[in-house]
Amino acid sequence: MTSQAQSASPRRRRSLWSRLFTWLTSMNLAIALLSILAIASVIGTVLQQNQPFNDYLIEFGPFWFEVFGTLGLFDVYSVGWFVVILLFLLASTSACLIRNTPVFLRDIRSFRLNAQEKSLQAFKHSQQFDSPLPADEIIQRSQGLFARLGYKARVKQRDGEILIAARKGGLNRIGYILTHLGMVVILVGGLIDSKMYLKTLNTLGVVEVETRDLPVSQVPEESHLPPGSLAGFRGSVNIPEGKWGDVAFIGLKDGYVVQNLPFKIEVNDFFVEFYDTGMPKSFNSNVTLTDKDTGETLTETIRVNHPLKYQGYNIFQSSFGDGGSEIEFDAWQLAGKTGTRQALEGTVNQDRTFEFAGEKHTIEFTDFSLYNVNPTEGPDGSTENTNFGPSVTFRVRDAAGQAVEYENYFQPVDFDGTRYFLSGVTRSVGGPQQFLFIPADRNNSIETFMAFYAKLNDEKAIARIAAELIGQTRASEGDQEMRSSAARSISNLVQVFVADGFSGLSETVNETLAQRGLSGEAADRAQESSFRVVQSVFMRAYMETLQEQGVEEFSQRDETFFEDALDVVTVIPDYGSPIYVAPTGFTHIQSTGLEITRSPGMFWVYLGSLMLTMGIFMLFYIHYRRLWVLIKPTGSDHDDDAAHHRLVIAGTDARKNIDFDQAFAQFSNELQRQTGSNGKKNPPSDPDNSGRPE
Amino acid sequence: MSVPNEQMINGYQPGSELPERRSFGLIDALWAIAMLVGAGIGYAQYSASLDYYATGTLFGAAIGLGFLGWIWPATRWLTAVVAAVSLFTLWQYNILGADGAVGLAALEDFQESNFLFKFLLSSQAATMWMVALFFLSIPTYFISTLARSEYGLKVGSALVWSGAAMGFIGFFSRWREGYLINLDYGHIPVSNLYEVFIVFAVFTALLYLYYEKRYNNRSLGGFVMLIVGIALGFLLWYQFTRDAEAIAPLVPALNSWWMKIHVPANFIGYGTFAIAAMVGVAYLIKDKMGGDGPNDRLPSLAVMDDIQYKAIALGFAFFTIATILGAMWAAEAWGGYWSWDPKETWALIVWLNYAAWLHMRLTKGWRGPVMAWWSIAGLFITSFAFLGVNMFLSGLHSYGEL
Repeated sequence: MTSQAQSASPRRRRSLWSRLFTWLTSMNLAIALLSILAIASVIGTVLQQNQPFNDYLIEFGPFWFEVFGTLGLFDVYSVGWFVVILLFLLASTSACLIRNTPVFLRDIRSFRLNAQEKSLQAFKHSQQFDSPLPADEIIQRSQGLFARLGYKARVKQRDGEILIAARKGGLNRIGYILTHLGMVVILVGGLIDSKMYLKTLNTLGVVEVETRDLPVSQVPEESHLPPGSLAGFRGSVNIPEGKWGDVAFIGLKDGYVVQNLPFKIEVNDFFVEFYDTGMPKSFNSNVTLTDKDTGETLTETIRVNHPLKYQGYNIFQSSFGDGGSEIEFDAWQLAGKTGTRQALEGTVNQDRTFEFAGEKHTIEFTDFSLYNVNPTEGPDGSTENTNFGPSVTFRVRDAAGQAVEYENYFQPVDFDGTRYFLSGVTRSVGGPQQFLFIPADRNNSIETFMAFYAKLNDEKAIARIAAELIGQTRASEGDQEMRSSAARSISNLVQVFVADGFSGLSETVNETLAQRGLSGEAADRAQESSFRVVQSVFMRAYMETLQEQGVEEFSQRDETFFEDALDVVTVIPDYGSPIYVAPTGFTHIQSTGLEITRSPGMFWVYLGSLMLTMGIFMLFYIHYRRLWVLIKPTGSDHDDDAAHHRLVIAGTDARKNIDFDQAFAQFSNELQRQTGSNGKKNPPSDPDNSGRPE
Repeated sequence: MSVPNEQMINGYQPGSELPERRSFGLIDALWAIAMLVGAGIGYAQYSASLDYYATGTLFGAAIGLGFLGWIWPATRWLTAVVAAVSLFTLWQYNILGADGAVGLAALEDFQESNFLFKFLLSSQAATMWMVALFFLSIPTYFISTLARSEYGLKVGSALVWSGAAMGFIGFFSRWREGYLINLDYGHIPVSNLYEVFIVFAVFTALLYLYYEKRYNNRSLGGFVMLIVGIALGFLLWYQFTRDAEAIAPLVPALNSWWMKIHVPANFIGYGTFAIAAMVGVAYLIKDKMGGDGPNDRLPSLAVMDDIQYKAIALGFAFFTIATILGAMWAAEAWGGYWSWDPKETWALIVWLNYAAWLHMRLTKGWRGPVMAWWSIAGLFITSFAFLGVNMFLSGLHSYGEL
């Protein structure tokens, strides 16, 4: 839609404003803006937005991190240049509206009664024929036809000729105005709700971004926004059950600002409902709002898709987490004084430091989950969902500060009829989780295993068992010296096994055999017998443990337990923690993540959307059409036919679609049928042209 | 510059009489009343479990079907057949589920033991019929177009109509089956990739049938049904390799009335964009082969150009509505009507693309191969927004993972 009006005036004379206006309203700019906006939008879908800056640094390296950061690609939709594109689109659309609205409004009221014969003949849709009827009759029939087709018509007598001009579908032009005005209204509404104002405040230094992880009360005043200082915002807050909050955090740059709220939100309860598959069905927060001014309270349950609306603020269920569940656990020694435990308590999201047998330990509890639904293979081979029960997640750091993450389950989990306590071990962030399967005893307790493990670590007991074993097998030989040395070397092997696992054991055995100069088959045999002896010691130690536990009859179950226990003993050296945390009890305290928004622009966005939708349908489905019938006396008095007229008809449609070809042909054929000379006097006007369409 | 009356104008044969304005006759009125009565009976029966929104949807659907029957009478047959068969299905399922949900195993046993359900009425059987009928229509249309067989083309249309009917029958069957497995699972089947592919196939087929009637030309059927066939090929792959047809309960975010209208409105958009692209393909083929001639198999270039415009215009209107509905839903579910989530952003990109297309055509008057190529490119952008975002990008809309 380039403007033609100015082309007559000298080019140099046009003011800068008028040229700028012409440029703003040009279709080329509009198309360019639509394309640039589309391409720029792609960036934010490919590059995950608003992640912690550290993640970007790791992903892209310092150079590209710097480049992307400077371009604002980590929050591309609110970066200056992106907003400028949007503002340009706003300006361009507004300029088109300003230019076209008065023109269109004038145009849809006009009938164009000054159309001249020459211009009508030049229309793409034009037709002429002769009529034997008197002018009045032609006017009447034309008007009847226009009325039937839904056109409004006007008749104008002018020197020697009569023009009937008709139009319909003026709403199409209103549709143009509505679509474009709708877009402007949507953009304005969106900008009201955007971060633009907050960013300006930040640039002006009125509001500072806080990057440290601080309690709300310690966040400096210049990062706080009083209620109502922002027209629109979107913030979020995590509140544990039983606690309250009266702020929302708004993410800005690499930190946040604190939006103070005019009410307190107390979270009474957070609960999840589940389907029978274990999939969550709904997330719910029961909250009580207390108005700070009036003291009025309101208690309601917020669910996904069912936000709470209060005085222009909307509160949404958006996430959840642990709000500091209290964990009771037994800390079992895995190194040093094994088999001893200490009953302790901890809190999720807090570190628990304690002293145990003279050593200081710190456990960082990070999460608790009440349900752990996992797909397992059912008895008939089909996949089933099984709940493994609650688990607690914590980290233990070594002296170098390197953390290993553990996820320990409260209850033993059944696998093919055998129950195990699970301890998931994750050595690196995002790395695989490996599980320790500690067999549960008859009482569903970990005690038997721990007692057995303590026995293996008990040098005296092992030496005694080894001596007993030697005594039994070599009773006849009676060489005291040799017997005690053999017993020593056996208990030594056991210690190696317990301390370093199976690989340590075979290494030691191989070393010893090499010292003795054994190799080949003899070495293999000797190695095998060493292992067998060590295993026998374990078995005896196990039997003793069972007896101490009061078990009298040894069953298949106990044998499985023994094998499983040995598997655990082999990997304990790699477990990475000197303490085994056996969780025993908990008080589940959750926290709910609420999103708190105020969007005064929403009304405008919806209003604009309504205008846009209505406008689009008007624009596409209402045809803005004009038809003209020019009635001219042929002036052929000579053949005594005074009522002989020539009709020039023409038509236009704002959309150059083929529907109008048909509509025009139908109209002109019908008019000719009603007023023409029934084909006898077909247009003699341009016989050359009759064979081909324009 | 006159247009001679006997001349074929761009494929139209203008009649010597004006076409009658579409009047609202006795049959139209009876049909509309029948739809409202049907909704009324449904309301009387189930008003206790219908909320304000659901009641609105029920009567809105009745008015919509009444209107559709008026502007496109052939849909009355479709509505009647689908309604009759689906009511029978529901009646049978209601007997089965008289005491509430029966579980998956019992439902499968019932379907196995009942001949009608095993081979026709269960959602799986009906959907397979739809797939087969749509697949069959592709060669039927192409061969008939090549052989200039009007009869063959009519068979093609009949296959598409029947396929659409089976698609709807399977749709309603599946809707009920969810509740039979577990009352908690039941939902309108437009919630995951498997379900929306069926919606896409049926909507695209129906929209095509509308243009077929409107332009009185069946020769584009092969092209349009080809893209439907490709979509269904994907559906079969998805079903056989991933067991995608299993009915699963809704994730909390989807459990909303908005889903019922947001998703179908989107698929009117996707369907028409697909039609425009395939007509664009036909346009380019014809253009390369020498353009319009006296003995054409395909519609004239001008008509194909017009179909592309009509399809994109309709799609754009509905895609706009769908995006606005999506924004309103997002405002209820996520706390903001616009979050620049990848799916939202790609919806915007699709919208901007077609907005540019329409501006070029309507204001600059662009026509011809460029616009045809652009229609085809538009389908790639749309496909990425529909599928690519779920496959390659993460975001809030991750319901249909591959």
